Amino acid sequence: MHAIEVLHASKVYRRFSRKRQFATLKSAILRGSLIRDLKPDETFSAVQDVSFTVPAGRTFGVIGRNGSGKSTLLKLVAGITKPSAGTVRVNGRISALIELGAGFHPEISGRENVFINGIMLGLSKREVASRFDEIVEFAEMQEFIDAPVKTYSSGMYMRLGFAVAIHVDPDVLLVDEVLAVGDEGFTHKCLDKFAEFKRRRKTILLVTHSLGLVERFCDEALWLDAGRLKGMGDPKRIVGAYISDVERTEEQQLAAGDAKAQESTLTVSPDEPAAAVLPDHPIETGAAPADMFRATEGRWGSREVEITDVMLSSQDGERGHVFHSGHRLDIRIRLRAPLPVDDFVVGVGVFNAEGICCYGTNTSLEQYRSERLAGDAEAVFTIDSLDLVEGTYKLDVAVHKLDGYPYDYHRLLYTFRVKSRTKDVGIYRPRHRWWFSGNIEVTRVEGDES
Amino acid sequence: MLHNLSRLSRYRGLIQSLVARELKARYRGSVLGFFWSFFNPLLLLLVYTFVFSTVLQARSPNADPYALFVFCGLLPWTWFATSLAESSGVLISGGNLIKKVLFPAEILPIVSVLANMAHFLFGLPILAFFLIYYGRPLQLTELVWFPVVLIVQLILTLGCALLLSALTVHFRDIRDILTNLLTVWFFLTPIIYTWLDAPESIRPYLNLNPFMHLAVSYQEILFFEGPFGHLKWMLVLGVLAIVFFLFGYFVFDRLRDTFAEEV
Repeated sequence: MHAIEVLHASKVYRRFSRKRQFATLKSAILRGSLIRDLKPDETFSAVQDVSFTVPAGRTFGVIGRNGSGKSTLLKLVAGITKPSAGTVRVNGRISALIELGAGFHPEISGRENVFINGIMLGLSKREVASRFDEIVEFAEMQEFIDAPVKTYSSGMYMRLGFAVAIHVDPDVLLVDEVLAVGDEGFTHKCLDKFAEFKRRRKTILLVTHSLGLVERFCDEALWLDAGRLKGMGDPKRIVGAYISDVERTEEQQLAAGDAKAQESTLTVSPDEPAAAVLPDHPIETGAAPADMFRATEGRWGSREVEITDVMLSSQDGERGHVFHSGHRLDIRIRLRAPLPVDDFVVGVGVFNAEGICCYGTNTSLEQYRSERLAGDAEAVFTIDSLDLVEGTYKLDVAVHKLDGYPYDYHRLLYTFRVKSRTKDVGIYRPRHRWWFSGNIEVTRVEGDES
Repeated sequence: MLHNLSRLSRYRGLIQSLVARELKARYRGSVLGFFWSFFNPLLLLLVYTFVFSTVLQARSPNADPYALFVFCGLLPWTWFATSLAESSGVLISGGNLIKKVLFPAEILPIVSVLANMAHFLFGLPILAFFLIYYGRPLQLTELVWFPVVLIVQLILTLGCALLLSALTVHFRDIRDILTNLLTVWFFLTPIIYTWLDAPESIRPYLNLNPFMHLAVSYQEILFFEGPFGHLKWMLVLGVLAIVFFLFGYFVFDRLRDTFAEEV
């Protein structure tokens, strides 16, 4: 038997123009447009033609980006909103953990609120009474249960809300990203409770951004993208597809960001070599906004030698912005010198998001003596194994004289992301291995947590 | 619609505890607590009595003692007016419940009407005290009609509350219009004057005011001597109240699905 059956469900939200927003009942009646004004000017499809069934006793995870329609889907299943088209059918008692403690009244005590909340969620007064102690114990609220709810901390509020909702003993449990309730200990308790639900063959629909939880905990995953069902099936496969899709988008965003940063540098005409400008007096880079994150970015130099392009690529040679830890990274620097120069140094610096220099070097430090540069040229800096932990990094690329006089200095103008399945910390990931011997037993878990 | 209406009975327990919560929460933290239920109408009563029988000396021979007369109409009016004022905003302020919990929205206006009815009932002992104090003869044969009038008012108020609460979600101006409308309505209802004091020529128009019949009925049952002459009107109003309630519920039911998006 299916616990949840969703057939071609769509949800269209209506957007009204400014005109409609300021309309009043009077004006609506006067213009005779009372009915017409209740019609939308514009619509927005939060969920489009989604179909799936969840057999009783299965746990489904719903993943997708922000605004992809996950919460709307959950509300449709919960029956809080009706689908604009299609059908949604649910067999059994539903409990929706969408907003915890919704309907708590701040002025009255936790005890009274537990009763009312329980009744709201479909329990009888007697049922709440019989579970009351269990609820309070689960929420770890024994001391404060008789205090008015307005005196609770947000964590206490959420814990109590969670405890009530979970003790409704539903056949179908809908969870919307609520595991961020309280501390580690409480999160574990919640997960244990979910596991218990699973053992008891209850159906769970879980909306979450915690992909590891989906892989570990769910029987199947649903992937929503812009309101459409983009994939469904084995959690590992779906999560993998989702992650690579997110990477692609990040790639595009970083490319757009880079394009913007470089566009701003082009405002200084490459044809007129500026007079010697020292690093402490950088040429204004025009479009660079004055917010704190970009305060240190910029481009300066005399342009006697110009960096015309910087291209990041992995082993396939394609321009990219997202790279995997441990893989190869090429930094391809195109140079142009209108007049021949013989004193030049090409340098590269990698900075992490906090602005800490992870690595910096130049041709002079590595014992290359400059001989001659005229016209177009290319310097490629190859990192055979990008041994950095996951994160966002920025690049400095520069050509200058041996004494530091800048020809063209690109400060933090290039951004790339390093991806990794291992959530290790720090900056640098040395090539490493673990060895175990003696009375120790470990097994490798398939598929690292993400 | 009828299916939803019958489903309401399942939520008796919830309505009950929400009304209790409403009453508890309203005076939680105030020193006098529940006594405000008594003091609020008493204070209003004192003001009207002072203005109309001491300052203006507009003492009508029909309405003597004046304080008692005013109280008979003021108490039910307060229930009616406060219920409407509250329920017009109740879906918006309870938006969290409608959007995040599977919850029949009509419970919210119903609870606010019932909570105000409870305040009305708490005021009755004061009324009884005044009746005894002035030694008004109460006839049991008339008093049996009191619950009937009360139920008619309840049904009418529920109808208005459902209609207003649903429409206010779409037209927020209703709340402001309502505040003004209620003030006008109050003075168009024979509460601080008697129906008999109104000029003959405007009485037919006063008859169009549904609350007038409720006020006059309360006054005839509790204040005026003689038989309950307004009974016929009352029964007609009873039928109209049921029709209006069904209309209010119908509109509410039609707009129900839009609440979660609009509040």
